[in-house]
Amino acid sequence: MPDPNVEMIRYLDADGTPVQDLPDFARQRDTLVDLYAAMVRTRAFDAKAVALQRTGRLGTYGSSLGQEAIGIGVASVMLAEDVFIPSFREHGAQMMRGVSMEELFLYWGGDERGNDFAAPLARRDFPVCVPVGSQFPQAAGVALALVQKGARGVAVAVAGDGATSKGDFYEAMNMVGVWQLPAVFVINNNQWAISLRRQDQTAAETLAQKSVAAGIPGVVVDGNDVIAVRQVTAQALSRARAGPGGTLIECVTYRLGDHTTSDDASRYREDEEVSPHWRQEPVLRLRNHLVAAHGWSKDEEEALLRESNDSVDKAAEVYLATQPDRPRAMFEHMFAQMPTELAQQAGDVADD
Amino acid sequence: MTEMTMIEAIRTALARAMDDDPDVILMGEDVGINGGVFRATDGLIQRFGASRVRDTPLSETAIAGVAVGAAVQGLRPVAEIQFMGFLYPAIDQLANHAARFRNRTRGRLTCPMVLRAPYGGGIGAPEHHSESMEAMLAHIPGLRVVSPSSPAKAYGLLLAAIRDPDPVVFLEPKRLYRAGSETVTDDGAALPLDTAFRLREGADLTIVGWGAMLSEVNEAADQLAGEGISAEVIDLATLKPYDRAMVRASVEKTGRCVIVHEAPLTAGFGAEIAADLAEHSLTSLLAPVHRVTGYDTVMPYPRLEAHYMPSTERILKAARAVMEFQ
Repeated sequence: MPDPNVEMIRYLDADGTPVQDLPDFARQRDTLVDLYAAMVRTRAFDAKAVALQRTGRLGTYGSSLGQEAIGIGVASVMLAEDVFIPSFREHGAQMMRGVSMEELFLYWGGDERGNDFAAPLARRDFPVCVPVGSQFPQAAGVALALVQKGARGVAVAVAGDGATSKGDFYEAMNMVGVWQLPAVFVINNNQWAISLRRQDQTAAETLAQKSVAAGIPGVVVDGNDVIAVRQVTAQALSRARAGPGGTLIECVTYRLGDHTTSDDASRYREDEEVSPHWRQEPVLRLRNHLVAAHGWSKDEEEALLRESNDSVDKAAEVYLATQPDRPRAMFEHMFAQMPTELAQQAGDVADD
Repeated sequence: MTEMTMIEAIRTALARAMDDDPDVILMGEDVGINGGVFRATDGLIQRFGASRVRDTPLSETAIAGVAVGAAVQGLRPVAEIQFMGFLYPAIDQLANHAARFRNRTRGRLTCPMVLRAPYGGGIGAPEHHSESMEAMLAHIPGLRVVSPSSPAKAYGLLLAAIRDPDPVVFLEPKRLYRAGSETVTDDGAALPLDTAFRLREGADLTIVGWGAMLSEVNEAADQLAGEGISAEVIDLATLKPYDRAMVRASVEKTGRCVIVHEAPLTAGFGAEIAADLAEHSLTSLLAPVHRVTGYDTVMPYPRLEAHYMPSTERILKAARAVMEFQ
């Protein structure tokens, strides 16, 4: 593994030009188109979700604008036996794992049924983790269970840069190191934890170097280069499957939008700071590469956009037409069997 | 049938659960080669191996979080927090995660874990080693909170907790670990959760307690019997959800109630019981409900500990007060 202090792994520069030999998968047009389509679809989903929130039809929502390559790169190499344990900004990865847009809209629209993922691939995946960083110890636990049960799966958790300041993150990495657990921890380092800049989050030179203290490898990757994210994740997954344990991957990217729809980033950062990052963003980067290296056409681009927007619109319609659950449902899943006192409380609430 | 102390009964239940179900694993600080600081897991690493009896780093957040993740993924982890005073970092995982997985996924993911922690004072332990914070845990929707009062209860309730499909916090009154022994049959029979136990029938007043306080409660009941006062003693055993029906029925029979707990008075679990009786059994009450509890002070260091712990005398005083109330 490269030294996390000195080297950031990257295959495409901001213009989409290869800066080193591409891995085999990245020479396949179909594979790149699939990755591109997944990122475009994620961006369309984000745009729709924000629009729904702005018109009062969705709850607070955290867009992944500009960070699509991370979730897509990571999830594109996960297998059915792996378990995904996401933060609240990895919609793209969740979709790639089979979570439907309707389920995501339901969750962000304030309906627990959105976490009852129907797709077999996502059946064991965790719903998003809102208390930042607390999913890492759980990911270590998932990895432990996979080992105990003799499965070959890997626990893959994602969180933001702010999460690396929490004790949970270190305690979990430490456990992964001591027990050599098959876990991959991915950091979406988008430079901002709401209003706190990356340099005010930690004096560490990289976030990946925090792995050194736990005795596991750490890698820094260009989080706007989906090829790099996918390649590094694939290596970490192979390593975990082969036995020697976990890896920390820091994906360096930039949060082009607000923290969530409840946030106003203009309170703490200037447009001049943000605008250069639009030239680095992952969707444009891969499109440029597809056009230059694989003759991606205007027609293909338009068809993809149309298809993405249509599928998002259709999912939104299904979500908007979904009636709220029965009020009594809030009692029905507290325990396998409802205790008497809870049943009495449930009697206060309508059953339809 | 064997005479066992509570610590032996706990160890026997853990071994039985591990024999019965390969998904049961133990984890915590010093639970392996050292057998636990109280020896609750003594010999289990030799019997079940280091992959099922896992010494963890000193890492309470991760102990709880790893247990959550492992449980959600299909194991039945029994995690130990060495002393309840060190349980606070684990509360995030308990409250935000363990207690919520079933509900927030509408039953898709569940969290069948047990978190064991020795609790309570009375053994002259250093600071942070003697707290009773059961009410904090009982306030969390989705958690079961259980505390045994005897070796046999410890055996049966711990088996029930491990087999339960939902998270259980199992609070072990460490003052009772070696305080006495009783006959325990290692037959794998669990005791019911969510059910209180009537330890003694009585007609004049009801005394409700749990965990280690039952020692003083039983002593008080003996002395009251000598004074011609017949006390009914209820061991709550499961605090959340507690057996409201049994407590109400008892108080409606006796008309008087004293609630005893070691934890501080204000917002202690006794307040919930008293409020429930006020709501549902008021017309049966012949006297105000009394609480005999620890004080709203920081748990004193060992030299003053005895002044904090609810004593048999304080329970007797409260019992006489409710008996004499006009």
